[in-house]
Amino acid sequence: MPVNATLATYSDWTYGAAVAIYFFAAVLYLCEAAFARPEKAKERELVAAGGIQLGGTDAAGTWTPGLVVKPELSRAERLGRMGVALTVLGVVVQVASLVLRGLATERAPWGNMYEYGSLLTLAGVVTWLVLSRTFPVRRLGGFVLVPVVILMFLGGTVLYADAAPVQPALQSYWLVVHVSVISVSTGILLVPGVASVLYLLKSSGHARFRKFPDAEVLDRLAYRSTVFAFPLFTIGIICGAIWAEAAWGRFWGWDPKETVAFVSWVVYAAYLHARATAGWRGRPAAWINSLGFALTVFNLFFINLVTTGLHSYAGVG
Amino acid sequence: MSVLLAFLRNTWRGLTAMRTALTLLFLLALGAMPGALLPQRSLNALKVDEYIANNGWWGRFLDDLQFFDVYASVWFSAVYVLLFVSLVGCLLPRTWDYFKQMRAKPVLTPRNLARMPHHATADTTAGPQAVIEHAERRLKGWRLVTGEERNGARTVSAERGFLRETGNLVFHFSLLGLLIAFALGKMFGYEGQVIVQANGGQFCNSGVYNYDTFRPGLRVDGTRLNQFCVKIDDFNATFLHNGQAESFRADIQYQSGADLETGSWRPYPLEVNSPLRTAGDRLYLLGHGYTPLFTVTFPNGEIRTGTTQWRPVNQVTLASEGATKFDPPDVPDAEQRRKSQLAITGLLAPTAVFRGELLDSAFPAANDPAVAIDVYRGDLGTDSGRGQSIFSIDQKMVQDGKLAKVARQNLKQGEQLTLDDGTVIRFDGVRDWVSLQVSHDPTQMWVLVFSVLVILGLGVSLSIKRRRVWVRATPQEDGRTVVEVGGLARTDQAGYGEEFTALSRDLLAHKEES
Ligand code: HEM
Repeated sequence: MPVNATLATYSDWTYGAAVAIYFFAAVLYLCEAAFARPEKAKERELVAAGGIQLGGTDAAGTWTPGLVVKPELSRAERLGRMGVALTVLGVVVQVASLVLRGLATERAPWGNMYEYGSLLTLAGVVTWLVLSRTFPVRRLGGFVLVPVVILMFLGGTVLYADAAPVQPALQSYWLVVHVSVISVSTGILLVPGVASVLYLLKSSGHARFRKFPDAEVLDRLAYRSTVFAFPLFTIGIICGAIWAEAAWGRFWGWDPKETVAFVSWVVYAAYLHARATAGWRGRPAAWINSLGFALTVFNLFFINLVTTGLHSYAGVG
Repeated sequence: MSVLLAFLRNTWRGLTAMRTALTLLFLLALGAMPGALLPQRSLNALKVDEYIANNGWWGRFLDDLQFFDVYASVWFSAVYVLLFVSLVGCLLPRTWDYFKQMRAKPVLTPRNLARMPHHATADTTAGPQAVIEHAERRLKGWRLVTGEERNGARTVSAERGFLRETGNLVFHFSLLGLLIAFALGKMFGYEGQVIVQANGGQFCNSGVYNYDTFRPGLRVDGTRLNQFCVKIDDFNATFLHNGQAESFRADIQYQSGADLETGSWRPYPLEVNSPLRTAGDRLYLLGHGYTPLFTVTFPNGEIRTGTTQWRPVNQVTLASEGATKFDPPDVPDAEQRRKSQLAITGLLAPTAVFRGELLDSAFPAANDPAVAIDVYRGDLGTDSGRGQSIFSIDQKMVQDGKLAKVARQNLKQGEQLTLDDGTVIRFDGVRDWVSLQVSHDPTQMWVLVFSVLVILGLGVSLSIKRRRVWVRATPQEDGRTVVEVGGLARTDQAGYGEEFTALSRDLLAHKEES
């Protein structure tokens, strides 16, 4: 399987461009957050009514495509909208980078940690864009994009791998299924992770976090995205087990990555339970979700780079 | 009063059960972590020994606490057994409730619908009867009861989303099933590994002694293994320029079941990711390496060939090390024989590069094999009673002066060396070996079935909302009817809003009709 070097180079360029675009978008969001006035009372009412259907999306500060831009837009508002536009552009460029990698190597473009990290961050950004249409949280975009930029930067430097075919152990359609599902679900889980951390900050009552949206909005955002990602993550783990049965001789063997995946699964399950249990809702649940987030990042870096398991693909030996 | 007490007791129970389960879940997560951070015997016993040796009392202490066998440890087992019990304790009453609720009627319409999280109201010229009939039509598929109140108002209570609880129970019971199937598989399964030469070497799953390593489940004594045999005809590996493996394939033949009587063989291309499944077992291609071929011509003219596999020490270049051992021919006296055993040890490079005299391997394929060997003569210690590694010589024998180095040389394929006593050692090249694993797990199909049910149950229980809607049509003095609609999601409120808006729009849409 020859690798198309031209396409691979374009893929690298678009990747770099996406990182840069996300970076500027993050700056815009952070400026918006800095210039914006604290929460308007109106927003809070909308939220308390419990209905997304009630909210005039523009009033709630959420992005809507094709929205009639009113002339009296505040400076913060304009910055935020530019941020969103840039983020969308970044997504398009990043998708192009993945597609080019796939074309260059003629395989699914998630066969090593660099590619895997790109898919993961892409899923996180897209989830954020989708959710910020229904939740009035646009000005928090920076808090999602900053970790994304850091992850992508590390991915493109420390973890970078040249475009190449994958090892025999990875030549299976389960690569397509398992890794895409795992990375997309992990990427989605990035969002509730950030939301829960922000929830903890906001609900600490500190004046500095006064400009954040209501804690309740953050809580619902975290819950909704976790509820969406958790079954996906479960499917990803089970697909991994099915693959492991064919590739490694057993469906479960407590390989370090399997173990940490199991542990994060248990933690997210605990979050869902805590959220449904009186007395654990709110801050305890947010703590649990943040822990799940920390474990995910730990799995991504520590387990992949420091410990050696079967996931490090030292060939068949 | 007794109702209140029962309510309190139930709430308390519910809380404690959930709390316990949550706590146990955390303990399970916490308990599993050391397994990812510390080396584990089940994965790599050598690393464990190394860790213990390097960490002194701390290593031994961790070992005493079973930290190197986390998943078989008393404490980890205790946590999951407790979790199991708590799960059962949680599920039984829930199942009971579930069957009761399956037949239950939706609760009566609350007095004040405006208090509900979702609420809408309108008035219409249609009569209460028409409003209710309209609601019944619109709420098809909901569980309904209609009622009449003292002031002439008519009501509908409707509830939907009972499938949520179904999904939830399926999820939790499947989790139990998964746990049980997993445990049974561990008890009745086994795993064995063996290295076989790839030039027609054979292996039969007829007894534990055929394996290099064998890991039986608790209830496996190794006597009644599933019978099958395999023969490795050939092995092929291809590599990219940078040495990364591109494909591995072993061409094998196997016989199982009736074949064993008739003696017929069936071909199978054994590859990574495509194990052979036969006789209820699975056979995997785990790895490969090289066997150096040495021909030794002893001074009396006798010829012996050595075909012992060496093991890769570099997984990228497949540089390997090992020890090929010979007994001298025609020496009936054991004492005498023990003085003149031979061992060839050193490094094997499938594609040789020399840095000065130093041999290394440049590439994993056997393009230009060479060896850098030390030849020892003396007592190999095979009768000493100590366990012998097939990959190395017993250094104790060297220290004791019973085994002496008699030559050291690099040999390329076809080259030879002559020892002081006239013995000639020739390096004839290499042959492939493959390492195979046989796995037996009688319950893994059940694990899969329960996993799929886990996903389905989870999907249903997280996507379906249990929700209620009430309609009250109250006749007014002026002949009009006030219609109120209230809604409540019994689980998370998020997402019910859109549905309620659509629903209340339809339910209140009488003005246009009449
Ligand atoms: C029970 C079995 C398995 C589980 C629980 C599992 C779990 C995971 C998890 C959690 C990740 C993401 C980790 C991260 O954040 O880096 C992952 C990534 C990955 N898995 Fe698995 N996995 C399993 C089996 C397998 C098998 C059998 C293969 C292939 C032979 C495989 C190949 C990969 C690859 C290629 C990646 C992503 C890229 C990378 O991290 O280098 N997995 N798996």
